[in-house]
Amino acid sequence: MNYLEIIVITLVKILIIFTIMMLTVSYLVYFERRISAWVQNRLGPNRVGWEGVLQPFADVFKLLLKEDIVPLVANKPLHTLAPILALFVAFSTYAVIPFGPDITVFGYKVSLVVADINMGILYVLALTSLGVYAITFAGWSSGSKYSLFGGVRASAQMISYEVSMGFSVAGVLLFAESLRPVAIVEAQSGWMWNAVLQPIGFITFLVSAFAETNRLPFDLPEAEPELVGGFHTEYSSMKFAGFFLAEYANMIIASALIVTLYLGGWQIPYIELLGLPSWLTAAIQVAGFFFKVGFLLFFFLWVRWTIPRFRYDQLMSLGWKVMFPLSLINLVWVAVLIMIFKL
Amino acid sequence: MIEQYLPVFVVLGFAALFGIAVVISSTLFGPQRPDPEKSSTYESGMTPVGSTKERVSVKYYLIAMFFIIFDIEVIFVYPWAVQFKKLFGEFGISVFISMFIFLVVLELGYLYAYKKGGFRWD
Repeated sequence: MNYLEIIVITLVKILIIFTIMMLTVSYLVYFERRISAWVQNRLGPNRVGWEGVLQPFADVFKLLLKEDIVPLVANKPLHTLAPILALFVAFSTYAVIPFGPDITVFGYKVSLVVADINMGILYVLALTSLGVYAITFAGWSSGSKYSLFGGVRASAQMISYEVSMGFSVAGVLLFAESLRPVAIVEAQSGWMWNAVLQPIGFITFLVSAFAETNRLPFDLPEAEPELVGGFHTEYSSMKFAGFFLAEYANMIIASALIVTLYLGGWQIPYIELLGLPSWLTAAIQVAGFFFKVGFLLFFFLWVRWTIPRFRYDQLMSLGWKVMFPLSLINLVWVAVLIMIFKL
Repeated sequence: MIEQYLPVFVVLGFAALFGIAVVISSTLFGPQRPDPEKSSTYESGMTPVGSTKERVSVKYYLIAMFFIIFDIEVIFVYPWAVQFKKLFGEFGISVFISMFIFLVVLELGYLYAYKKGGFRWD
């Protein structure tokens, strides 16, 4: 394949995944509001369109027509850079996540992953660390004390949970013997899902993912009762929408990552025994991937509206005194498992 | 090699353009009517109290240092984890023991920081 073909195929894949992600983000916001209303026994948005399904679009147009206010004391370049960086991180991580097996389209063998690189996991970890900068810049450059405290808290929280996240992923690498997400998915065929084989690592990664995306019960960076809006207090118009988009896109990325690393990616156990034609099997597997991601997204919302917020000292001691030792124990457990059962 | 990484650069470029487009669109469509009250920082409508030039608790710096120490260990673990099965078939249990010793040393440092109250937050 020459370079032009690669770029064209990549652009087609990007457009498809980007559209899916934008639609999912808008409807995730809608479902978040409907589910929270359902949990709290009220109605939620149901006026714009049938049962309020056009609400996300109404919100975007409203934000688009609002004034972009930058405080006089703000550091303007960094204030502008922060939402760009947040969006950049949120909309580039999906590149390495495989959502289906290889398929053949018009004679081309197409892999259902945008970039099948052999250091995919390092790419994800590197980009998610960049996300810390977006929030820190936003908090520091706004020149408001609420933003500053939100930003400082967020950076401390995100780097604390990144350590246990990194060690949990090492357990996955032991089985897969590769940093390629495609190889990690293929290593989990049948019931050999990492969530089954290393439940401790699964739980530490799941909790760390909640902390990394700043979702409740770990949304200390934007704890409304004490910090107004946290790091995005001084943002308005589409810059605010950018942070909002990035938060929900990060949730989708986190869910897709959990599915890839621990829930077998697009693998559905024993589907090859049904003897279906290969295109149908591939379609079912892709649908299975999206179903798993959808369930995890529901889980994110469910947790948010069920569990109250942690205190900051509880958050830190959970990260350093519970999650970090547990992820080390998981690493040793996986190594012992491999040595005993020769998996 | 370049064929493998070309899509990554396309994705990164697309994401950067999207971010810039969103931020630019915030100034394109909305009104621009600045006034001094609006351009001050948020304080429930009052004149803002206090400034951001305040001291931040030293615990945040400690956390940042712990992060650097322990996150570098993660990078040492990854190459070992990727090669573990192959090396175990070749050299046996010594591959595990060498990493176990490394992790024990790491844990000793962790326990020292724990006992010194490095992770206490009150």
